[in-house]
Amino acid sequence: MNSSPLPLEIHDLTVSYHRRPVLYGVDLEIEEGSLVGIIGPNGAGKSTLIKTIMGIVPSRGGWVKIFGQKGKKSYTRVGYVPQRESVDWDFPVSVLDVVLMGRFAHVGWFKRVSKKDRSIASECLEKVNMLAFADRQIGKLSGGQQQRVFLARALAQESDLYLMDEPFAGVDAVTEDAIIELLRELKNRGKTLIVVHHDLSNAKDYFDQLILLNMRLIAHGEVEKTFTKDLLQKTYGGRLTVFTEIADQVANTQTSDQVTHNHL
Amino acid sequence: MNGKFFQFSRLLYILLFFFLTCNLRAEQVSENTTIFLKTVRFLSLTDYSVQIVLLGVIFMGFGCGLMGGFVVTRKLSLFGDTLSHAVLPGVAVGFLWSQSKNSISILVGAMIAGFLGVFLISLIKKTTKVRLDSALGLVLSGFYAIGICLLTRIQKMEFGNQSGIDRYLFGQITGLSSSDVWGMGISCLLIVLITILLYKEMLLTGFDPGFARSVGLPVDLLQYLLWMLLAFSVITSLQVVGVILVSALLIIPAATASIITQKMKGLLLWSATLGVSAGIVGTYLSFLGNQLPTGPLIVLTSTLFFILILLFHTENGILFKWLHSRGREQKISVENTLKAVYQELEKNSFSDDTITISDLAKRRRINMPEANKEAKNLVRKQFAFLLKKENIALPNEDTLSLTPDGWGEACRIVRNHRLWELYLTNEVQYAPDHVHEDAEKIEHILGDVTVRKIERILSNPRMDPHGKLIPSQQDIEKGYIDKKLVRVL
Repeated sequence: MNSSPLPLEIHDLTVSYHRRPVLYGVDLEIEEGSLVGIIGPNGAGKSTLIKTIMGIVPSRGGWVKIFGQKGKKSYTRVGYVPQRESVDWDFPVSVLDVVLMGRFAHVGWFKRVSKKDRSIASECLEKVNMLAFADRQIGKLSGGQQQRVFLARALAQESDLYLMDEPFAGVDAVTEDAIIELLRELKNRGKTLIVVHHDLSNAKDYFDQLILLNMRLIAHGEVEKTFTKDLLQKTYGGRLTVFTEIADQVANTQTSDQVTHNHL
Repeated sequence: MNGKFFQFSRLLYILLFFFLTCNLRAEQVSENTTIFLKTVRFLSLTDYSVQIVLLGVIFMGFGCGLMGGFVVTRKLSLFGDTLSHAVLPGVAVGFLWSQSKNSISILVGAMIAGFLGVFLISLIKKTTKVRLDSALGLVLSGFYAIGICLLTRIQKMEFGNQSGIDRYLFGQITGLSSSDVWGMGISCLLIVLITILLYKEMLLTGFDPGFARSVGLPVDLLQYLLWMLLAFSVITSLQVVGVILVSALLIIPAATASIITQKMKGLLLWSATLGVSAGIVGTYLSFLGNQLPTGPLIVLTSTLFFILILLFHTENGILFKWLHSRGREQKISVENTLKAVYQELEKNSFSDDTITISDLAKRRRINMPEANKEAKNLVRKQFAFLLKKENIALPNEDTLSLTPDGWGEACRIVRNHRLWELYLTNEVQYAPDHVHEDAEKIEHILGDVTVRKIERILSNPRMDPHGKLIPSQQDIEKGYIDKKLVRVL
């Protein structure tokens, strides 16, 4: 082990939704300054992996260490970009309000955001070219603009590790270019980025490392070594029939003691 | 949209009816006390009962308004309704326990029942596939049924007769005691305090609970805190408006506020203000008409505010939007008529400066009365004048001639249309027979800046894709188009 702890270390992580296992025994070690893409078919558990790392979805086994720490204390060092569809865009908040939310962990309980927080939020908006929209209600933005707001919020968190859930989903080409440029800039500043990605055609160009995921870790490593026909086939092709059957059986027979997540 | 509007107008009639009857009653009941005197009595706050009630409804309106802001933006409107019904069995049991109506045990019972209801909802959500709205409906009706059974039993008991326990069902403000108002005040204060202290935490957990968890906020704890406050405001308001109408105090002011503003702070403030205003006005109305209950009148006033703002809000109101779209339609119609006049003039190579109304009708494909109306519209806007000519085919038919302003507008529209067609064919590679329909719409919205830009891109063209002249700025200023020029092109 290095003297400085890894940004992300996962050991034997297992997660299930409504009794149905979605991730099995995932082991991962991500080094500082890497730009990593997570790819895999629908339902492979890509978003679940991210959400479990962030403590949004509870795990059923294994552990996650962020910069050598477990649990909530480590979250301040992580910036998170959730999927765009995960929130209600009619909510009465402005673009700046949303970006300021990225500062909340730094501000602390009961306190108000300071002028410094506001100027940081404005800078982050500037970086994603959205400062002109600061006062606009978030529902009155295009999909690409909404994604940039989420990105600005993550930037405002001033973290060392970033987890992004499909930041390229449903955005225009200009936004896509802007996002990838931003990711590279962050990487060059020594930040670690883990990005869930759905488009195989450009995954090879966008990332340095890939995580191939399909309910379990298929492979993790440099793009040249992981973006291979064999491994991709293993990830996407050949439905893991026996595997899913067993998963279904488990879902049907297992009793209580499951931890589910609700949004009520 | 139409269906909605119909419902609102029906509501409006019912409301009007109520206010009328309320005023009539006031006159019938006490001939010597006029509405004016009653108003003075109300405003001077000389009656102790008025003081108590007003203080109560102000606390209630403010607290419920604030809570409503949180509840409505989180899409949990039905949740307040469920909670208000769920506390009913607790009220009954609390009453049985202490056998008196002003007691802490009713409050405690209501709290316990409320939380039991909330707990059941989360339990149903966690363990079954029943959806949230069904779970809410289940708990709401189940608890309400238990409550009604218990209340009916109580009323048949010997001490139950005088208890006035049915006020929890329908609300009755006259029996409001100072301790009730204390309860309302404390609950309102708590809500205000939490809103100020935890504003940003509540904002984040409401907007994006996932992200809130990711930054380490105890989302569930904050949610329970919100429900506790909601339960406080519901329980303290119960005796004023009753189980069924409590949710109106939560939902209506917040829904009204969400028409006015799209910022959370503004929404909370508006919602609380509207809640208080509706409380005061409703109390005043029920003071005027002795026979009418305060709670329902408060809710009706709140509804009236909603309707008024929905109709007359200067940005998002229905009336404003309607006027706006009507104005736009009229503008388009005038511009189309001007264009038709221009095209008729062009047909004669600008040798004549008048056209007949029948030409206009033919060109715009409308009938004569419509064409006359359009012509009069132009005259009213001083874009044209009508004159009678004798030596044309149809005797005594009016002819239309453009004023300099009208000529300028007509040229502008035709220029917009033809420039856009040319732009589409030359720059966007549309086929010439595909551009007309698009230009028909775009011509009305092209601004000066865009027109300049297009002219620069196309280097000041004079001819459109169909070989027709594009009027230039000079043509507009000159007031006519040279016949020679038309022939050359």
